[in-house]
Amino acid sequence: MRKAFACFVVLAAIAMAAPLAAHHGAAQFDVGKKVTVKGTVTEWFWSNPHCFLRFDAAGADGQVVHWAVETQSGPNILPQGFSKQSFKVGDEVTVTLEPVKNGRPMGRLLQVVLPDGSTLPLRVTDAASIPAQN
Amino acid sequence: MSKHVAAPTFALLAAFVWSLTVHTQGPMPGAVYDRDRPGEKPGPAPRRDLAGIWEPATPGGGIQGKGALAMDSCRRDKATGRYVIQQNPPLTDTGYATVDCLKPDIEPPYTAEGLARMKAHKPVEGYRMVPDAVNNDPILDCDPGGFPRIVLHNFRTSEILQTPTHMVMLYKFQKRYRTIWTDGRELPKDPQQPAWTTADRLPPEPRWWGYSVGRWVDDYTFVARTNGFHDDRTWLDNAGLPQSDTTEVEETYHRVDANHLELSIRITDPKLYTRTWVALDKLRLRLQSPNLDIQEMECSPSDQKHYYEIFGNLTDLDPTTGK
Repeated sequence: MRKAFACFVVLAAIAMAAPLAAHHGAAQFDVGKKVTVKGTVTEWFWSNPHCFLRFDAAGADGQVVHWAVETQSGPNILPQGFSKQSFKVGDEVTVTLEPVKNGRPMGRLLQVVLPDGSTLPLRVTDAASIPAQN
Repeated sequence: MSKHVAAPTFALLAAFVWSLTVHTQGPMPGAVYDRDRPGEKPGPAPRRDLAGIWEPATPGGGIQGKGALAMDSCRRDKATGRYVIQQNPPLTDTGYATVDCLKPDIEPPYTAEGLARMKAHKPVEGYRMVPDAVNNDPILDCDPGGFPRIVLHNFRTSEILQTPTHMVMLYKFQKRYRTIWTDGRELPKDPQQPAWTTADRLPPEPRWWGYSVGRWVDDYTFVARTNGFHDDRTWLDNAGLPQSDTTEVEETYHRVDANHLELSIRITDPKLYTRTWVALDKLRLRLQSPNLDIQEMECSPSDQKHYYEIFGNLTDLDPTTGK
């Protein structure tokens, strides 16, 4: 019974998160799945409609794996605390991502821990505290 | 609370917070939303006045990734209003499916040609969404989204400039503009041979943004009509609803009070739809400070090219499973 309840809660959690997850290109992502990878930034590309972060990480066989994770566009993620200066090549980061279905080292960025221990994105409540102009 | 209950409950709460944190569209920096002014009592609507900078009254309220607002392209639960989730969902005609976007109960009233055109579109959003690598959405190559897609897909902060002869709509998304004439001229009579320049013997000219004329039907309601589009170079929305050179769009702007405007859109196209249908139903907009700086949201072909060099090569996906 307890197992059944736990399963229900996990499924409910996926169901709750998934509706908000669907946006550009969602069909190739394994919606609801999360992977966390530690690596070194090789590129942070600031653009519209998608920014992306590329980083190198050690694979299970010791070989370097070249990861790429996308975010929404620059104007969309500015309020979440991101900027063109958020990452520089060589930064050590820990990235939590939603991977693509076919197993390639690609996905959508869900959260990243920066070298100073801070995380992006900020919580929405933080972004909403940006002062209004009237 | 036992640990067997506490852990999954925590997981549920964490997932909820996580979903809000990661996926919710953020507010436009510097914009004011209705939630910022609880208990507000706006003054009366000014007479015959649409001028100003407008933003959806709720953050992200004008961004309809799943399809035109009044015609959801994903099924919602009638009791909760949330999108329906289904593990192992059925595949659509595209050969793909996604867990959180199922075929809606109500769809636009397609003609046979409209249905065929819709099925030829491979969008990256809506219940027929496909992976990037196999999409054929024209705006993903930075083609103009055109009108009314700029409103039905991605209405963000926009400014209306009002003069005695026309309205100019300045859109943040793709940094575009269009003109609605109010000088008494009529729409081009033949939407498939549109032109206002016949007297100058210039050839007819189809347009991405169409030809638009508008008038005040009362002191607080402005109605614009638009025709003269390209044939199938633009889509109505992000989910691939079709548009053609016989599409006519009716926009209604209703000034509710000093701070708010409601925008509705109706679509008529005898080639694609059996009757006129409502694509946008009273999207609530809020007037912003005149000194609000509207962000750029330009589509750069070279940026897109670089993006697809990294993310557009998922061509080894299994077309029947999407994996």
